[in-house]
Amino acid sequence: MRVPLSWLGEFVDLAPGTTPEDVHAALVSVGLEEEEIHRFELTGPIVVGQVLEFVGEEQTNGKTINWCQVRVAPGDELAADGGPAVHGIVCGAHNFVVGDKVVVTLPGAVLPGPFPIAPRKTYGHVSDGMIASARELGLGDEHDGILVLGSLGLDPEIGTDAISLLGLDDTAVEINVTPDRGYAFSIRGVAREYAHATGAAFRDPALAISPVASTVAFPVTIDDQAPIRGRVGASVFVTRAVRGVDPTRPSPAWLIARLKLAGIRSISLIVDVTNYVMIELGQPIHGYDLDRLAGGITVRRAQPGEKLVTLDDVTRTLNVEDLLITDESGPIGLAGVMGGQSTEIGSGTTNVLIEAANFDPVSIARTARRHKLPSEASRRFERGVDPAVAAVAAARVVQLLVELAGGEADGLGSLHDATPDAAPIILPTGFISGLIGLEYTPDEVRSSLAEIGASLEETETGLNVTPPSWRPDLTDKWTLAEEVARIVGYDRIPSVLPVAPPGRGLTHAQTLRRQVAQTLAATGHTEVLAYPFVSEKSNNLFGLPAGTAGTGGTAETGVPQIRVANPLDGEAPFLRTSILPGLLQIMHRNRSRGITDLAVFELGTVFRPVAGIRYGSSVVPPGAVRPSRQLEAELNAGIPPQPLSVAIALTGFTVRHQPGQPAVAAGWQDALAAVRQVALASGVAITVRQGSHQAMHPGRTAELFVTTDAGLTSVGIAGELLPRIARDADLPAVVAVAEIDLSAVFAQAGTELHAIPIATMPAATQDLSLVVDVQVPAGEVLQAVRQGCGPLLDQAELVDDYRGTGILPGRKSLTFALRFRAPDRTLTAAEASDAKLAGVSVTAARFGATLRE
Amino acid sequence: MGLVSDPTEISEPAVSAAVDAALAAIAAANDSAALKTVRAQHTGEASPLARLNALMRSVPGDQKAAAGKLLGQARGAVAQAFSAREAAITEAEAAAQLAAETVDVTAAASTWTPGARHPLTLLQERVADVFVGMGWEVAEGPELESEWFNFDALNFDEDHPARAMQDTFFIDPPEAHLVLRTHTSPVQLRALLSRELPVYVVAPGRVFRTDELDATHTPVFHQIEGIAIDKGLTMAHLRGTLDHFVKAMFGPEAKVRLRPNYFPFTEPSAELDLWHPTFKDGARWIEWGGCGMVNANVLRSAGIDPEVYSGFAFGVGVERALMFRNDVKDMHDMVEGDVRFSQQYGMTV
Repeated sequence: MRVPLSWLGEFVDLAPGTTPEDVHAALVSVGLEEEEIHRFELTGPIVVGQVLEFVGEEQTNGKTINWCQVRVAPGDELAADGGPAVHGIVCGAHNFVVGDKVVVTLPGAVLPGPFPIAPRKTYGHVSDGMIASARELGLGDEHDGILVLGSLGLDPEIGTDAISLLGLDDTAVEINVTPDRGYAFSIRGVAREYAHATGAAFRDPALAISPVASTVAFPVTIDDQAPIRGRVGASVFVTRAVRGVDPTRPSPAWLIARLKLAGIRSISLIVDVTNYVMIELGQPIHGYDLDRLAGGITVRRAQPGEKLVTLDDVTRTLNVEDLLITDESGPIGLAGVMGGQSTEIGSGTTNVLIEAANFDPVSIARTARRHKLPSEASRRFERGVDPAVAAVAAARVVQLLVELAGGEADGLGSLHDATPDAAPIILPTGFISGLIGLEYTPDEVRSSLAEIGASLEETETGLNVTPPSWRPDLTDKWTLAEEVARIVGYDRIPSVLPVAPPGRGLTHAQTLRRQVAQTLAATGHTEVLAYPFVSEKSNNLFGLPAGTAGTGGTAETGVPQIRVANPLDGEAPFLRTSILPGLLQIMHRNRSRGITDLAVFELGTVFRPVAGIRYGSSVVPPGAVRPSRQLEAELNAGIPPQPLSVAIALTGFTVRHQPGQPAVAAGWQDALAAVRQVALASGVAITVRQGSHQAMHPGRTAELFVTTDAGLTSVGIAGELLPRIARDADLPAVVAVAEIDLSAVFAQAGTELHAIPIATMPAATQDLSLVVDVQVPAGEVLQAVRQGCGPLLDQAELVDDYRGTGILPGRKSLTFALRFRAPDRTLTAAEASDAKLAGVSVTAARFGATLRE
Repeated sequence: MGLVSDPTEISEPAVSAAVDAALAAIAAANDSAALKTVRAQHTGEASPLARLNALMRSVPGDQKAAAGKLLGQARGAVAQAFSAREAAITEAEAAAQLAAETVDVTAAASTWTPGARHPLTLLQERVADVFVGMGWEVAEGPELESEWFNFDALNFDEDHPARAMQDTFFIDPPEAHLVLRTHTSPVQLRALLSRELPVYVVAPGRVFRTDELDATHTPVFHQIEGIAIDKGLTMAHLRGTLDHFVKAMFGPEAKVRLRPNYFPFTEPSAELDLWHPTFKDGARWIEWGGCGMVNANVLRSAGIDPEVYSGFAFGVGVERALMFRNDVKDMHDMVEGDVRFSQQYGMTV
């Protein structure tokens, strides 16, 4: 909402010297947030001049220019720029005659642009200033010619300051009006708020004019057969006729200037007046060409398939919920949203029917949304218009059309008012003080509520408060508390720290989540946050669980996934089932910026609907009442699983080349190292097995498991991407990745460990080299060694994997470093050897392992 | 050889000569190898002192004691010289070794590369820690939410302009009534439905609105929501909580200002302005979020009687906090994943 200060000052006292910033500050304090300040960005000297004579001079380019002598000061006085009283000015326009009074921008003036005016040589003359058009002054879009003041009905003295004459010295403050304060979409409402903020005197413009009853009834029928949510579409409908409007009359300059500052373009006097009254009183007005109306008006809902051509020349197919204004010809307007073309006010309109109505906010909001037609009118109706101001606004339009357009108030009109009586709100004594935490005196409460226009009735237990007609948002005692608190001032509210009951700190999962992130960062990975929006193809590629073997490509059936109905990026309308596509994109972005060695990770939500389940709920329960347990359970069951996932991706070098340190390329081992870091940080063992995945390198992929009550559960993958997939992502051939379902991992966390006493007896170490087939996983051999060696085995590690000379083709030699220890005695070499051989025999039985010669 | 003439008897001159020769050789030895050779020559079996010692057999009984003493003193002197020299050489050699091992510590190779946390997640953890320190708990909820939790339960009427103003991402098909949560406020409801009263929780998390990415907007961003429901909570408690919070985050000079505003889920509602004492271009007021007393209809949605319980709620933007706190000028830096952005912060924000 833009508020020209001259307009505001009509209804509330602005102290002398009040700046736009002062007004903003005052309005902010009562809850109207400041936006911009709007001005006509021009400075003088800009004066009224009279064309004394002009000579048309044809130019070689075919144009004819006029060399004009313009009087810009009376008699022998100096002009406002210090120059002579008559200036020679070149003018390209032709819409004027000798004797016309015009707006002259003299040297030194600056027009919006900024466009400084100076004497300049042009077409063989020195043009000592410029005759301005309305557009050059910032007053409108009119650029067909210069602004002839007579066309605005003005005949000022020569030399008069045109800036103040045309209202170009006015300024507007723009404020943001919150959805509950529809009344502040008017100068009237803002003036009232300014009075609340400053204590200045408020003069209600709605009281300045009294509605006049019609003498001849214009037939109006409200026939709403399908009220939305039980509310009839039009509760108030006022019509008034004005006849004999002079269609040639211009809008006065002050009106154009105020509308312009308020953000509304001047169209014609009749339309300008209806807009002016809307801005002033907040009541949207529609004007019909009375001569084009066919019979009376009926307000009703649209019928299926009905059509209407609106003012903007668009043929709209109507919905049965749309509220219509109709006459005997059919629909003539979308109520409260936009009028129809057939009865539009035109350049020849002389007889006008004014409509000032109050429409149901819900109905208007739905229609405006449905037809994508937000308008000044719909914006006000959606937020609630004062139902008591309709008749006043109609009278104000009549008054202005009579005053400015030579019209005659006609007795024809109508008044329908079915506004229900406002019910009082019961406000118990002390309620507001108890809610705000500040002791308000009874007088503060009463005077604050009276100030906003509420009427009060004392009762034994408090007050019965009837809110004013323009405050439909005041519905209960809490809303009244806000009014008292803000009128007295939020800055008066004290600061008191409440004491919460003892808390339990972070949950274990919350702690683990932090620990996983800290650990990954501490081990060289950089946390990033990708958008969760991806393509279906990405989801199909990465969203499948491990075990979906293949050599790459999209799974034919696809992954169950969730689509956003109104995505910003049409290429990525799906919610991610995996974090990896986002990481690949981020790595590509970093590489394009010259950062080639990358180790990134993200902890975040993935969206993993289960195939065959229909998510969501067909009904949304109402607010303000707790849903039944069953309904609540249904709502929750309708929400797709959104586990916490962590993904890691590396490419380039993990260690760069340095003095004495060769570079170390990132590879599958790094992905597995990250998995171990996650396992360590979570306190949950993650089992690694050779695995497969369609997006992954067939020989360099691990499937990850945690142990649950149900046995091993797959929780993710780690390894290297299929080189082709890496290439498709514009990345080097080797990209190491891992992704782990942290929700599943954390579900296994937190079991309390039973500590093993630390054995201090001397250890016996032995190496063990076993020859097995190359395809036997070393991890499984190690496990067999551990089982076979029994409790004397203290530690076992794989230290070598040898293939080649001395080993048969197809076989490999795995060397393990074993450390044996007994808790209660020094082991003999024989005991250690026996234990070792027990391990060998298990591996021999399980894998055909032989001791290396 | 032939350092001295072959002795024939244990005489003082013969012993002294042997000792002098040994001491001179010891002094001349410059490293442990030379000293080893000297030791063999002057204390070994063929050394003059050893040969003099061998003559003891032929010394008459009455002179044995004197000769023995003479030789003993000689051996002692030589041994003492040896160990002194040995210690000196060992020390010098160790020092030389260490000197030879000198490295350029400023050119140390690293076998690991530093990583980093994202400052947005770190900042959320910091805020959570302030509240956990006050006894509050951290609550969570899904990012893909039911419309009821995101809107209806929070007193957003389906036809209210505030609902349309939320620029919501809807899930296909729309009649399933699922949305990407537009704020962390649905967690309020989840906390109230699942916990025993009183409730004091904060809910950090990701939220979504259909704003195109530019310098000051991003469709995916983060908020921190707080809600406290108890008997007798007032707007003064809201202010007290916020005052404590901003002082903990931004220093003792920080404070809050409340301005009237409108939110469907609070009544009375306020805009939360922060006096930010360490702003790069000077201390100033910064619009940071919204707050107010929890709307009675929200309490009713959770089955709580607003005549018995009251409470307050607040929400602040994490991106915005990072912008004013750390002078981040462009939202792109936070969302693009350029590792240099996170790496400025390292492990702390």
